[in-house]
Amino acid sequence: MNSERRDGPRATGSIVGTVSVPHLIGRLMRPLPLFPIQPILGRIVREVACKRPELFERLGPHVRSAFVIDVNELPFVLLLKPDPAAPGLSALRRGPSVRGDATIRGPFMDLFRVVDGRGDSDALFFSRDINIGGDTEAAVCLRNALDDLDGSIVEDIAAMGGPLFAPLRMVVSRLRALEERT
Amino acid sequence: MNETFAKPELVCPAGTPAALRTAVDAGADAVYCGLANETNARNFAGLNFTPQALEQSIAYAHDRGAKVLLAVNSFATSPRAQLWFDAVDLAARLRADAVIVADIGVASYAVSRYPGLRLHLSVQAGASSPEAIRYYCEEFGISRVVLPRILTVPEIDAIHREIPCEIEAFVFGNIGMMAEGRCSLTNYVTGVSTNMNGVCSPASDVRYVEHSDGSTAATLGDFEIDCYAAEEKTGYPTICKGRYMRPGREEPYYAFEEPVSLNLSALLPDLVRAGVSALKIEGRQRSRSYVHSVVSAYRRAVDDVAAGRTPDLSTLAMLTEGGKQTQGAYATKKWR
Amino acid sequence: MAKPQLTMGPVLFHWSAEQKRDFWFRVADEAPVDVAYLGEVICSKRTPFFDSHLPEVAERLIAGGKKVVWVTMAEVLSKLDRNTVSGMIVLEGAEIEANDSSALSRLSGRPHRIGQYFNVYNELAMEHLARNGACHFTLPVELPAGSFSTLAATAHKLGAGMEVQIFGRVGLALSARCYHARAHGRTKDNCLFVCENDPDGMDLKTHSGAPFLSINGIQTLSHRFLNLSREVGELKEIGVTAFRLSPHSCDMIAVSRLYRELLDERVTADETDNRLVELGVRQPMMNGFFHAKPGFERVAAHASGE
Repeated sequence: MNSERRDGPRATGSIVGTVSVPHLIGRLMRPLPLFPIQPILGRIVREVACKRPELFERLGPHVRSAFVIDVNELPFVLLLKPDPAAPGLSALRRGPSVRGDATIRGPFMDLFRVVDGRGDSDALFFSRDINIGGDTEAAVCLRNALDDLDGSIVEDIAAMGGPLFAPLRMVVSRLRALEERT
Repeated sequence: MNETFAKPELVCPAGTPAALRTAVDAGADAVYCGLANETNARNFAGLNFTPQALEQSIAYAHDRGAKVLLAVNSFATSPRAQLWFDAVDLAARLRADAVIVADIGVASYAVSRYPGLRLHLSVQAGASSPEAIRYYCEEFGISRVVLPRILTVPEIDAIHREIPCEIEAFVFGNIGMMAEGRCSLTNYVTGVSTNMNGVCSPASDVRYVEHSDGSTAATLGDFEIDCYAAEEKTGYPTICKGRYMRPGREEPYYAFEEPVSLNLSALLPDLVRAGVSALKIEGRQRSRSYVHSVVSAYRRAVDDVAAGRTPDLSTLAMLTEGGKQTQGAYATKKWR
Repeated sequence: MAKPQLTMGPVLFHWSAEQKRDFWFRVADEAPVDVAYLGEVICSKRTPFFDSHLPEVAERLIAGGKKVVWVTMAEVLSKLDRNTVSGMIVLEGAEIEANDSSALSRLSGRPHRIGQYFNVYNELAMEHLARNGACHFTLPVELPAGSFSTLAATAHKLGAGMEVQIFGRVGLALSARCYHARAHGRTKDNCLFVCENDPDGMDLKTHSGAPFLSINGIQTLSHRFLNLSREVGELKEIGVTAFRLSPHSCDMIAVSRLYRELLDERVTADETDNRLVELGVRQPMMNGFFHAKPGFERVAAHASGE
């Protein structure tokens, strides 16, 4: 009861039991060794690009845009380049040197829900949980492209094979289970 | 006591084929959507349907007993009017259940080429009086009018008695403050038009600029239409939801309307009694998650109302603009 | 080609009855305009103030050689709105300009005009309305030049007149809600006519202090004044037959004389613009819509030497 506080508008995530989500994500991320993060990201974006060509259709001219995904709880930011010819997703140190056309910033759980097709980005934007900067059209386009996918890329990622992805699969399934309870 | 009703049709939005399938699965009686071009009033980046996607989507809906209504509800603009007529051709060829039209030219084309094609009069036609609605019925055989969100329930009731067609009324979602089909504010600022290009406050012209005090300015083209403090909730970056200063009042205020969304769950029985036979949910620009939440909730609510139970839609507040709900003009004339 | 007509649009603002009467008397006696549009377009609550003056104003205008056209409301919602429109239509022999579809059925078969608040964006719409009796079209203000030319060809084919606004603030939006009342914490039904204090509209500025829009009851207007002095030549060539001035509190007689000279090619666009500055017309002015640019913009001359 003492720790059952309700979300304030700037709370970084929902509360599950007595463990805050940022804390939980830290724990969930622990099984992921830091060094292979870049190969994992590279594989994710290549597989998604290969499996989901329809993504590029909706992105239109914004396949050439660079998106900075700034997840509050992560120690790094992600730079997404959805160019079908050379798709790229990299982890970079947060700071002014990271340049993209559009920036999407928010708490992990909210962004996860949006990518998973379970969160409404407009509502998260109205409540100021998700912020966008730079090229607004590019950001909106990316959202619309992700939203039209059958299932979601979270499912694609969870379905990827190989030893590197076993811990990731576990993380995804635990996050989803957690998300369903909230 | 336990008054029961004929069930009104639940008409739901879809900006993508995935959203359309979501709406059908969540219990929509009909889904409305538009092509990915200037022929409809939600011509936003990355949104809407290719002809092929529309064909597949119509098949999906029809297989499950749901209707698909194609919005061709912007204004066919000379010399590009053929684009709108092509959209009508496509709707007829793919057997869409109705075309939602606003423009007299488009309606005239549709009725002369496809006399059997069902036409709905879009809210963009701004037909707010019985005389106006009757004009469209007489000229084009309109089967249903989508009423502007500016009428009280007693006014809807009065209109119902004076017109020969069905009434569709918005019950949930974004509530624009200007008379639909008669707003050139976006064109004034950006050079693209709501009526001619189907665009309101295009994302390509919107920028969010963070100030050092934590506030965020929302700009459209050359104009700062709002600036909100770090903790403040917000709405769509449209001119009619911005804050401005007037002489004698230097503190910026919502000159038109604050960011709120319509939610008429409490008025559903009154609307049905007033003769509304279709309930419309706004939000073709929203995610399939929104579509799922709102359509499921309204499906339950409509079934509850039809069975004489009191619906509960309080859970939808979190999906609304500015986190706020309103009954808008429907409940009282004081809204004006 | 017939001589291009100059017209005086309806008074959009809630001027006092005396001010409005004197304005129209001066137009009748002094302004070189061919047509005067009489009646209330914006708010039916304002009509009782001026209704009793309308007959004498109309008589004076006719005596001054002007054609009087009666305008209907741009938005028809309340019982009073509906009565205002039907009261106008039953005027015997009167030529009506319809600004909303609610007037159309009752005008069927009778020659009438279509106003600038009516959405006519294509030839088919024009042809359909012409079959109902429309014989003159004032086009929506946001149309670009490219649309004017195809529509003018259709109007010509139909034997209809085509009119374009060339001066004054531009109506950008209509609403059911009164923003004058709202600005003063009131509602439309309880407005106490606060709009009477703003003869050219109530100006709105953005957060950063930039002049932006202007409020006239349920109407939202551009902050800038439209001035198509540089485009008049092209509009005449396209086949536009009438040019509308929208009344403001500045010296509209002088403004009308100036544009008459411009239409007659007795002054250049540059001279017109300079004289508008001398007359105290708010600067900068706008012409963006014509050039398919943001409406508020002032686009430099692209067709010089006119």
